[in-house]
Amino acid sequence: MAPLFEFGRFGDGTSLVIAVLLGIAFGWFLERGGMGNARKLAGQFYFTDLSVLKLMFSAILTAMLGLFWLSWAGLLDLSRVYVPETFVAPQLVGGLVFGVGFATGGLCPGTSCVAAATGRRDGFALIAGMLTGVFVFGEAFPALASFADSTARGAWTLPQALGLSYGTVVGIIVAVALGAFAGAERLERRVERPAHAGLNGAV
Amino acid sequence: MRVRLVRLGSESSSILRTPAERSTAPRGKASGAFDRFPSTLTPTNRAPVPYVSPYVAGVGIGVVLLLSFVLMGRGLGASGAFSSVVTAAVSTAAPQHAADNAFYARYLDAGATNPLKDWLVFEIIGVVIGGLASGLLAGRVRWATEHGPSITSRRRILLAFAGGAAMGVGAKLARGCTSGLGLTGGATLSVGSWLFVAAAFAGAYAAAPFLRRAWR
Repeated sequence: MAPLFEFGRFGDGTSLVIAVLLGIAFGWFLERGGMGNARKLAGQFYFTDLSVLKLMFSAILTAMLGLFWLSWAGLLDLSRVYVPETFVAPQLVGGLVFGVGFATGGLCPGTSCVAAATGRRDGFALIAGMLTGVFVFGEAFPALASFADSTARGAWTLPQALGLSYGTVVGIIVAVALGAFAGAERLERRVERPAHAGLNGAV
Repeated sequence: MRVRLVRLGSESSSILRTPAERSTAPRGKASGAFDRFPSTLTPTNRAPVPYVSPYVAGVGIGVVLLLSFVLMGRGLGASGAFSSVVTAAVSTAAPQHAADNAFYARYLDAGATNPLKDWLVFEIIGVVIGGLASGLLAGRVRWATEHGPSITSRRRILLAFAGGAAMGVGAKLARGCTSGLGLTGGATLSVGSWLFVAAAFAGAYAAAPFLRRAWR
């Protein structure tokens, strides 16, 4: 029965080895998909290259369906799987701030490591920035704590919040994702078509 | 036989360019088709290695994410590793201060173990190895700065630092990032994670017009 670690199939030492191996695969696919290139990533926010949307949604869909089916088949105990906790206000505000930083930096925490690994100076700069930001947050935490811990809802899931069954929510997300993929393909084609001189190398 | 190096795709500065080539005058953007290829210096007699389809890479990451759930009962992440590193540094420089701080305390585990002996820290080490391996095999590893044709690489470095600082604050407020909340929280249908992703995309799209010159 999965999750194996939760059922005592192996210990802490092995779990750290597994962390490295999973990380290697994660980093491999991120680089393969071009996510280590900030210019490519930034294209998402100018509608020229929607790879970020396609990659993230594809990953979410794959793992989400995997959890759903393994749990349905009785092979995985979903109650032992860690669900990130909800803090409504901090996650909305934190998300906004993070998004502004994402558009500015062109990389996220994970992809910045891939960028740095492949020699990109901007990856290193972003990592340095992140460490600084975390440090500033840590030092300011006493003042931020009451907001940061507010509006907590625990391991709140979409089925619970929407009052729909697990399967229904999964189905809706699959439908939304497929629609987003179709929309993204059409949008990229439209932007790619050289409508005016500015897109074709003219300065 | 001298091999002529040809530059394809987006502009980026590189130590292999001559001072004249390194001037910051805008050089014009490559056409849309080349944006699908990585920017790389490559001999003319060898095709650049194109990126894999984002759908394929995404499914690959999804499988890794699912494996993480199946093996560990947890998903992937990234920003938490940064917290551990900062906590380790602060704790080394000022142990009592770190222990008294409720944020650092989360990563100190009451002094039981070194904060760097953390699952996410090991995962991020793996990400670096995997990214490097893939880059090497694809010929995409080089000392360079990715930036738009209209700004200098120095300006780009400053923006990257600033963006990183904002993400550091945002990620810690939200208790995660695009990996820990977006991917892991997304797959486990965590409400706060989906709210974070929506807010992050909103923030990015709102800021993008002001940063156009940095990228286009």
